[in-house]
This record gives sequence, structure tokens and C-alpha cells, in this order.
Amino acid sequence: MVREGEIRIPSGCAISAAISREGRRFTGESVMRSMQPMHDRSNGLGGGFAGYGIYPDYKDLYAMHMFFDCRDTRKKCEAYLKEYYEVVKDELIPTRKIPEITDEPIIWRYFVTPLCSVLANLQLDEKEFVARTVMKINTEMDGAYVFSSGKNMGTFKAVGFPEDVGRFYRLEEYEGYCWTAHGRYPTNTPGWWGGAHPFTLLDYSVVHNGEISSYDANRRFIEMFGYKCTLQTDTEVITYILDYLIRRQGLSLTEAANVIAAPFWSTIERKKDPYEKSKLIYLRTVFPSLLITGPFSIVLGFDGGLMALNDRLKLRSMVVGEKDDMVYIASEEAAIREMEPMVKEVWAPSGGEPVIVTVKEGRY
Amino acid sequence: MVINAKDLAFQAINEAIRRPDPDITLTDCGGQRFIGAGMSNKTLTIEGIPGNALGAYLNGASITVKGNAQDAVGDTMNDGRIVIHGNIGDAAGYAMRGGSIYVKGNAGYRAGIHMKAYQEKVPVMVIGECAGSFLGEYQAGGLIIVLGLNRGGRKIVGNFPCTGMHGGKMILRSDCSDLVFPGQVSARPATDEDMFEIKKYVGEYCRLFCADESAVMEAPFTVVTPDSNNPYKQLYVAN
Repeated sequence: MVREGEIRIPSGCAISAAISREGRRFTGESVMRSMQPMHDRSNGLGGGFAGYGIYPDYKDLYAMHMFFDCRDTRKKCEAYLKEYYEVVKDELIPTRKIPEITDEPIIWRYFVTPLCSVLANLQLDEKEFVARTVMKINTEMDGAYVFSSGKNMGTFKAVGFPEDVGRFYRLEEYEGYCWTAHGRYPTNTPGWWGGAHPFTLLDYSVVHNGEISSYDANRRFIEMFGYKCTLQTDTEVITYILDYLIRRQGLSLTEAANVIAAPFWSTIERKKDPYEKSKLIYLRTVFPSLLITGPFSIVLGFDGGLMALNDRLKLRSMVVGEKDDMVYIASEEAAIREMEPMVKEVWAPSGGEPVIVTVKEGRY
Repeated sequence: MVINAKDLAFQAINEAIRRPDPDITLTDCGGQRFIGAGMSNKTLTIEGIPGNALGAYLNGASITVKGNAQDAVGDTMNDGRIVIHGNIGDAAGYAMRGGSIYVKGNAGYRAGIHMKAYQEKVPVMVIGECAGSFLGEYQAGGLIIVLGLNRGGRKIVGNFPCTGMHGGKMILRSDCSDLVFPGQVSARPATDEDMFEIKKYVGEYCRLFCADESAVMEAPFTVVTPDSNNPYKQLYVAN
């Protein structure tokens, strides 16, 4: 079979998310349910979830979720990890055998922390070293793929419809303060487990509905900074762009949104606040290659919150609803009502207008 | 006849509403698409959230939604009426060529994209509150009315209204001093004649959603029309 990264077929999808501002933890069941009314937005070639706050017992360790094609690859990869990391716990990710999900790779997770001596020797901070490990494994170790690498969070993805993927990974057994979900309708790549969403790096995860037309321009720019786009899917490049802008460049979430979904020059021209105007001009001038064009609606999950964003022309639908401490986001209102029938008000953010929800400090 | 839509796929719903009963209520609707597609001679009331492309190709039937609706309501509808007692998603009335859509609240992006008209076929869309960006994009005919009720500090329409508009008419209940229109359209204050034309539709809106008609009419209205019926003449071929 020709895999992700080896072929490009010139995407529709479904996304949803739920977060408690109070940091209250809830199971993955509600986001799994939310994908049901949006079933027809996926075609069974990919579904996935990200849960935040799901590993409280190991919250100071990086949770590496990995796919392996065979036992030998796993052994080789483990030997590599142990050279640089303290592996506190490793185990098979528990799954449920169901007829809807087949051909699964070996799915393992490792709770690890980089060895201090290694970091001191390389003069790297922890996150940068972990990010480099992920890139190294994903590009150089044939048959091994890291699909989640953050602390106290994890992604779960597979080929199948999202509702089935959730059951397969037994997400009703995990509790998190934030969940994102994705149903895939791949149009550019054949649909392999690694190509399902969310795409992650460290604690950043991205679910995406759309088809960006700036993929190659964005990829060429971001690959200058050590990121390797291995799968030819546009969501991967969005994840790396956000990691670059937020973690490495230190931009705020809103600033990052103003780079990737920058307002039109004509809109900037009419801004009344001179500070805002000069900042928008600055961001467009410094990061022109990171403007993402074409349709997208994304939810970026991170440690302690999420950000939802549409492309500036709003070529994909996305709605937001709230009730008490909960905020819900989805491609369709029906999905939000499935999670919370009593949701107070449902509204649609404008194109390029980021919706940022954070959990109260100290609650996650 | 009352049909509970819960757990029914859209095919099953559309099959059920095709039964001879002329008056149907759908309860517990949860995002099923294409409801009432191509339907004529029926009255359909929907509780819950109908999915995308509600009333696509509608051909004379009347649909009432008791709450919000999603994207592409009335896609290419030919005749009939859709009444939404809430907000409506993106691309409402996409390429509609007849009939009417009444929305109590807000419309998303691209409402009335490529609406058209031909002889006696003149589609009408009335939006009670505000509309998103690209209202009337590529509008080729028909009438779009936005009332801007309860809008507070919001603009009545987002950015880039009338982009590519080359036919039809848009009427906004605002002096539009905060809007920028593209070069190929003209905006002017409404005349008595314009007001007479829209009174019928505003009156219908007020009856449907219990609004005070005289208060709604008592405001500046702006009429936007393209400068020529065929601004793209000879762009590609001599036509």
C-alpha cells in the first residue's frame, strides 16, 4: 500500500471540542457522541481525539503515544529512547476489539523524561529536545511513528469513523478537562493511522477541517527551522507553524492567529487603533510565509486551554456554545446540542477571529 | 403527522415526510441534512436543529424551524417559503431562484450568494438582525433585506458585502456609513418607492416574529444595486 507521505491525492471533515473552564474532568464520551450527527462529514478513513488532563498520575512526564509496524521496530525504538530518556512506565494502549476497526499497528505508550545529563550536554531545553526526538523518530525510524508527545495529555487516532475510534480506544475510561475530536474525509492522502487527526507536537494538538492552498509555501518556510513534514497533509504543517510561533517565537495565541489568518491589507488599513494597526502590519511583514490560505477551521489544544480559528474568508463552518463552565465548539450546531442540549447561545465566530478558552490557573 | 427524527438518517426522514400527509411536524431533529429537499405542496415544522442544505431545491413547500438552522438553507430553492425562528448558518439561500427565506436573527457568511432572478421568479431573503461578511456575493438577482434589529454596536453586515454583485437589489436598514462597498455597486438612501416595495416583506417579517412594524420601518434604509445589469459585458466574449 502507498502510505501517507508517498502520494498526494488532491479535504471535508468534522471537528468538535469541549472544555471546562473550571478544570473539571469529564470522560471522552460527550465528544465521541458529538461526532454522531456529523457522521456524513467523514468517510471512515480517519478519526481521532485529544484529551487534556487525562494522565494526572504521570503529569510531569511526557506521554509518548506510538505506532509500530512490528515488534522489532518497537524494540529498536525502545533502545533508542532509553539512551536519552528515563522511561518511567511503558505499556500497550488499551483497546477494544471491534469489527469496525481493523489492521491496527502496535500501539504503545511511554511516560518519559529526558535525562538531565543529555540536556546539559546538548544545551537544550526539555521541550526542544523532546520535539527533536519526535522529528527524528518520525523521519528516520522506519515503521515507528510518534503521534502524541505532550505532558498530561494524549491523542488517540485510527482509520475508521470517529465514533468507532473512540470506542476502540475506550475513551469513556479517561477523564480530561478538555477534549477535541475529528472525523476525517481525506482528499489528499490515502488515509493511514498516522495521517488521522489530531496532529500533535508536545502539548499542541490540531484538528482541522479544510484544505489549505498554501501548504507548500508554509512547508518550505517551516522546514528551515528543523520541522519535517513527513505526511504531506496540511494539518501537520499547521501544527508545526503554531509550535514555531507560540513556543519558539513567543507570540501570544491572538498574535499567532493574526499571522496564520491575517486580515486583508484593506481591513488593516481601516483599523482605528494605531497600535493594533501597526502590530498587524508588523506580523504580516515578518511572517508572510506563514499566512495560511484556503479553507480551514481548526481547534488548537494546548496545556490549559484551546483556541478555535477559521480562515479569514471563513470558508468552513464553525460554531461555539457555552453553558456554565463549559465551552463547546463544533463544525455544526447539532453536534454541540448533542453534547449539551441546554446550551445557552450558539454563535459563529468571524473568519480570522480566534476563540481562546483557558482553564483557571491552578486547576489543571 | 408528527415524526420523531431522533436516530433517523436523513434518507429515512425524507421518505417519511413524502407520505401523503400535507402537514408534518418533525421533532428532535439532530443535524440530518437535506430535509425537505425538492419538496412541494407541504407544510413542514421542525423542532431541534436541521442539518445542512435544509430545503435544498425546495419547490413550493413551506418550512418553519423553531430554532436555529445550519449552513446552506434553501440551496438553489425554486419556490416556497422557509421561516427560521433563530439564526442561520453560512451560505443561506445559495443560488436560490425563487421563493422566500425569513430569518428572525442573524445570518452567517455569504448569505444570498449567487441569488438570481428570471422574469416572474424573484427570490427574497429577509434577515432580522445582522449578516456576516460577503453578503450577496455574486448576487445576480432577487432581493436581500437586512433589518439590523437588536444589533447594538455591531455592524449590520460584516466585511466585503456585494463582492461581485451584478444584479438584483440589497436593502439595509442603516445609513451604512460604517460599510465599504465595492466599486461596481451604488448605495443610496431608500426612496418612497423602495419603501413601498419592501413594506410587504417587512410586514410579513413582523407578523411572523411579532415585531413592531412601524418601529422597524421608522429608520434610514439604504438601497444597494449594481451599476449595470451586465458589468462583465465583453469581459470574455462579445455578449
